Amino acid sequence: MALAAINDILGTLDWSEINQATLDTLFMLGFAVLFSTIIGIPVGLLLFLTNKGGILQNRLVYSLLSFVVNVLRSIPFIILLIVMIPTTTFLVGTSLGAKGTIPPLVVGAFPFFARLVENSLKEIEKGIFHMAESCGATTWQIIWHILLPEIMPSLVASITVTAIALVSYTAMAGAVGGGGLGDLAIRYGYQRFETEVMITTVVLMVIMVQVIQFLGDFLVKIIRKK
Amino acid sequence: MIKIENLTKAYKAKGKTIKVLDDVSLEVKKGEVYGIIGRSGAGKSTLLKCLNLLEKPDTGNVIVDGIDLAKISKKELRLARQQIGVIFQHFNLLSSKTIFDNVALPLKLQGNHSKEETKAAVDEMLKLVGLTEFAHKYPSSLSGGQKQRVGIARALITKPKLLLSDEATSALDPQTTASILDLLLEINETLGITIVLITHEIEVVRKICDKVAVIDAGKIIEEGKAFDVLMHPKEPLTRKLIIEETSDMYLEQVRHFYKFEKNSGKHILLLSFVGETTYQPILNTIARQTDLDFSILRGELDRIKKMPFGQLLIEFNGDHNSLGKACEIMQGMGVHYEILH
Repeated sequence: MALAAINDILGTLDWSEINQATLDTLFMLGFAVLFSTIIGIPVGLLLFLTNKGGILQNRLVYSLLSFVVNVLRSIPFIILLIVMIPTTTFLVGTSLGAKGTIPPLVVGAFPFFARLVENSLKEIEKGIFHMAESCGATTWQIIWHILLPEIMPSLVASITVTAIALVSYTAMAGAVGGGGLGDLAIRYGYQRFETEVMITTVVLMVIMVQVIQFLGDFLVKIIRKK
Repeated sequence: MIKIENLTKAYKAKGKTIKVLDDVSLEVKKGEVYGIIGRSGAGKSTLLKCLNLLEKPDTGNVIVDGIDLAKISKKELRLARQQIGVIFQHFNLLSSKTIFDNVALPLKLQGNHSKEETKAAVDEMLKLVGLTEFAHKYPSSLSGGQKQRVGIARALITKPKLLLSDEATSALDPQTTASILDLLLEINETLGITIVLITHEIEVVRKICDKVAVIDAGKIIEEGKAFDVLMHPKEPLTRKLIIEETSDMYLEQVRHFYKFEKNSGKHILLLSFVGETTYQPILNTIARQTDLDFSILRGELDRIKKMPFGQLLIEFNGDHNSLGKACEIMQGMGVHYEILH
């Protein structure tokens, strides 16, 4: 009975549109995670290294960077989407659709990710730096041969957390003309009262989050082979 | 090998200036094991960090192997540091790398070593510290003593002439401490590496040091051959560091007890003897040549590095003439004595 009912509902859905929306979400997610990581790692490193006691201790750089990161983190994402429209248009040519959502996603996520990186780095024992400097390591070598390998497991865990936060961000972007599952949920589920679409998109996003978490945990386990 | 001249270093904290190093000078000769001992906060850690300029002294010279480290460029300093191995209290191994990669790290940082070269060098070092079969394990699966052996292998892989040891055995149990000290001594003897170590444990000095400096409040208060300083400490603080509390208490009790037995013909002497005299029948000789009776109140036999020594707390019973004669005999045999009562 229940199964038949579910089948009925699934049959009435426009799957081509749902498939497209899922692909759009994955596309946004992929690029947003990629760029957040690429920008977030150096920012996190810089925050850590210029902080008090760091090997590049610099009060001015740290305060400035920390301030910018805090400001970006305190802007609600929905506002960020709107504020960034001119910048987004300049960067990718449009502020609409999946492509137009990526820049605000990155700006929304990288400061969060950078703080996660900074926190992971803080877990490293201070003695490691004495050791590295005693070996005559350059700052670059310390970053590349020591810091990054040491935080690799927590780095992957942080990417996982960020990716999951980004899933809900992509959905929010639907409210202002972004593409993907969120867009679908708002246009069909909210504006046209098609509850089946709403439920389907939510289920798909739940699955997405589960898969990301599983993959992340799996990778961390592999890296933490010791 | 090392010459430190008039080193000073001060920190400012809460508006106050604290002198961590106060006009410190010392010299370490090639091949020596040199110990710097002091209580925590005495400045020994800062002093050690000055030796490879991890801490920059405010004034003074740090000359290692003919180079004044405070006067060279950053790049030259990096190269100089590669010639100075360091081992740490908390080992400072990288948890993300295997034992092999941990030991190989200094070579990797130097660059210009082929894979084969690196492997040969790491294998040699792991063999030296007895951890060959652990090459592909991770630090978390090792015991403290094994971790320190990895630390030693890593410090020695660049074939340094100088090894600095920062409380290397302070986190280890007594048995493991002994085995690590044996290893350090072996390295010093077979490879001829000069070792400078800081410690708060007198055992470390007793076991492996040739020379020792006692540091307190940023000043070196006593310095010399480990044997002389340990046997005949001049400064009260040195005495405190050296003589175990129990034995100090014991001496106090004996003094207290005999205070009330004036003119009883009893004399309490602390005899210290070293090297060959340790094995001579001193008491027997004295008893035969004078008419003194003796009883042993307390005694110990030990070694300082490889030199045997003994200390006896003796009660002699007899008149002053006999005691004088006994003292002459002891002097003749090279026994150091202290009349406590």
